Amino acid sequence: MATTLTPPLAADGVKHEETQPSVGGGGFPPPARPRDGGGDGSDRPDPVAQAVFRYKLGTWVGIAGIVMVFAAFTSALVVRSGLSGDWVAVELPRVLWLSTALLLISSLTIEKAKRLLRRGVGVRQWLTVTLGFGVLFIGSQWFGWRALAERGIYVSSNPGSSFFYLLTAAHAVHILGGILALSYAVIRVWRPGVWVTRQAAVEATAIYWHFMDALWVYLLLLLMFWR
Amino acid sequence: MTEVAEYVEVHRHPEPTSFISKWIFSIDHKVIGIQYILLAIVAVFIGMGLSLLVRLRLVWPEKSFAILGDLFPIGAPDGVMTPEFYLAMLTMHGTVMVFMVLTTAPQGGFGNYFLPIQIGAADMAFPRLNMLSFWTTFLSFCALMVAFLVEGGAPISGWTAYPPLSALNAAAMEGTGQDWWIISIALFCIASLLGALNFIVTTLELRAKGLTMMRLPLTVWTWFVTAILGLLAFGVLLAAGILLLLDRNLGTSFFIPGGLVVNDQLVNHSGGSPILWQHLFWFFGHPEVYIAILPGMGVTSHVLATFARKTVFGYKAMVYAILAIGGLGFVVWGHHMFMSGMSPYSAFVFSVLTMCIGVPSAIKTFNWIGTLWGGKIRFTTPMLYAIGFVSLFVTGGLSGIFLGQPTVDLWFHDTYFVVAHFHLIMGVAAIFGMFSGLTFWFPKMFGRFMSEGLGRIHFWLTFIGVYAIFGPMHYLGMIPHPRRYAETTGVDFLAAGGANEIQYFITIAAMITITAQFLFLFNFLWSLFKGKVCTEDNPWEATTLEWAIPSPPPHDNFAGKIPTVYRGAYDFSLPNAKRDFAMQCNSDEMVFPRSSGD
Ligand code: HEM
Ligand SMILES: [Cu+2]
Repeated sequence: MATTLTPPLAADGVKHEETQPSVGGGGFPPPARPRDGGGDGSDRPDPVAQAVFRYKLGTWVGIAGIVMVFAAFTSALVVRSGLSGDWVAVELPRVLWLSTALLLISSLTIEKAKRLLRRGVGVRQWLTVTLGFGVLFIGSQWFGWRALAERGIYVSSNPGSSFFYLLTAAHAVHILGGILALSYAVIRVWRPGVWVTRQAAVEATAIYWHFMDALWVYLLLLLMFWR
Repeated sequence: MTEVAEYVEVHRHPEPTSFISKWIFSIDHKVIGIQYILLAIVAVFIGMGLSLLVRLRLVWPEKSFAILGDLFPIGAPDGVMTPEFYLAMLTMHGTVMVFMVLTTAPQGGFGNYFLPIQIGAADMAFPRLNMLSFWTTFLSFCALMVAFLVEGGAPISGWTAYPPLSALNAAAMEGTGQDWWIISIALFCIASLLGALNFIVTTLELRAKGLTMMRLPLTVWTWFVTAILGLLAFGVLLAAGILLLLDRNLGTSFFIPGGLVVNDQLVNHSGGSPILWQHLFWFFGHPEVYIAILPGMGVTSHVLATFARKTVFGYKAMVYAILAIGGLGFVVWGHHMFMSGMSPYSAFVFSVLTMCIGVPSAIKTFNWIGTLWGGKIRFTTPMLYAIGFVSLFVTGGLSGIFLGQPTVDLWFHDTYFVVAHFHLIMGVAAIFGMFSGLTFWFPKMFGRFMSEGLGRIHFWLTFIGVYAIFGPMHYLGMIPHPRRYAETTGVDFLAAGGANEIQYFITIAAMITITAQFLFLFNFLWSLFKGKVCTEDNPWEATTLEWAIPSPPPHDNFAGKIPTVYRGAYDFSLPNAKRDFAMQCNSDEMVFPRSSGD
């Protein structure tokens, strides 16, 4: 039977049952990168590795796009803050440190899940833990916004607060995307499915999640030190 | 058969059976490509209608058009267009054309359909994401159309949406039109980012065996580089759009300066910078113009080589030129802002970099001419359009060199000279690229030919028509006739320069040219059902992989057999070969007669 990599839709149930184990369902990740990625030249690319690589590459490319969004926000912040005398830097709410800790830990837990892929046990549990941290992070951010609002600082109060809300909210939206991806990965690991292989789902999500972490640290530093 | 080889032969998604999964929510790149093309066709006719209104208002500002009064009781009371209505039509014309036409069809349309086939893949890397891109684009289009319907009407700040006009709710036309514009553009950005991601991964990862980057058809190269431009540019526009939306609705002051008085009211904002928008917008905007034109360049190279029966002159130089244009495109945005009060030093830097972009552009032009030179040219309609593309690109590019000099731009900025420049090079040249692509690939896509006779008539009418429209605008710009004014018929210095007569001439030429486009539409629709049937796989005797499969291609493109590629994309007129061309999937044994020694 053929090793289908992105096996056909559910309609093709039989095929997919059979093929699942060799698709990384059993959890044996093949080498990270086939000898020669594109079709060009490589005689015998490992199809599973290729699919995993494709999803990881897609994630990296997506990250490049997101970086440009935040680069644009950053340059707007730099320009705007130097423009008029009305810039007031935001006194960051304390709870942001909790957010930061939550997100940093979640990076560790997803890394743990990824490393366990090879053995195939505990992946789902660690992913679920990561998911939990992600949700807690959003909650913690929510308290951050509340704390500011209680001090009477709103989006339109001054350019500093505008950028604070803008950047944290934009980041939160991307975290929500990550939470969706994590949920998908959990389901994926739990139930061998049809579209994406387990390994691809977990590894791509891990890359994205680490990036979200790094992005947050960057934004925090920006908001702290650009005054 | 080994597992791997068999994997290669397994198709990735089964053929859908229901109408909805096959034609509406399809994940087949070919169907999605056609969906993009149809969307662009609808959009281009809307955009053309808008331009007609713009032209009518320019020449007959006071005239009453009865139908308009019925259609737009507020924008055109008693059928006379208000100046705001003129600006709204102008804004929507530009937006529809730039985003919904020039950015969708060349990349999303032809790219989706042919990139996977030309690289020997069964589909895009992420077919579902592909579907999501299209439907997000479609939503974006709908949101843009909503802007016509809301109270206050469509936005009036131009396709570049410069603040403060675009950022103020209290500006001349109150209402949510501009908000819908921003929402539409934001959705469009997201869709384009997803599409770009897909194109990049597909090109890098799904190439058939033997298809190295330097053997890629130039079409694939341009789609690939366009995708990279899109990936890096659309995020910036998205960010800018969000800031603008906040300024309009949440009281922030990113772009709105303090002390602004509009309609006798002091605006309650402070400290923002309209110039900041210009920087963000043009950082996107200049790559965007290349996003619009690059695929057309690819198609032109492809078609010229095919019908000149010659390999692309300087293939490598073409690839490097594409890359150089893409790279330089990110560092020249300031040439749109020479007049924004920027420091002369920055202006100088932007000017020099802008001139630099002329070099790869010139390389491409010379290589096109080199490709034609001494070829056994077959003057089919796709070839005519491709040659038309070269002509328009040269004409439009030359005026760019003038505009790229800050001192000259002082005079030309915001005049009809700029309008002439970008319409010829971006508007019309890119559209000629699409005409060429559509007539060239039509038999592959639909199994029928478009009518050559109608095509020729349409080509000549349009080719002469666009020069008649945009040629005189260079002169108008020298008078200098400013752009984006609803009413200039009474201005003395313009009238003295003959502007009124010229504008009149241009409007007539535009009406004729617009009418000629219905010929193309008719040709398209008629040929879909009644065109000459194309029974061959390779009617044009072309070399790339799409011509190695049936017309139209089966659902899984290569019927489960991924081809191996043996040669570059443009092997025409090989010495000693059996035929005057060799397809990429032809091995040497197939191309050359057996030597006697065997
Ligand atoms: C040799 C290459 C080119 C040069 C030196 C050049 C230079 C310029 C300059 C200096 C301007 C600003 C004029 C002004 O507003 O005062 C301009 C405007 C413009 N150019 Fe080009 N250009 C070149 C090629 C292109 C190409 C290839 C495209 C599109 C495919 C393009 C599309 C546009 C558009 C759309 C605008 C006007 C945007 C607006 O103000 O609404 N240009 N160009
Ligand atoms: Cu430009």
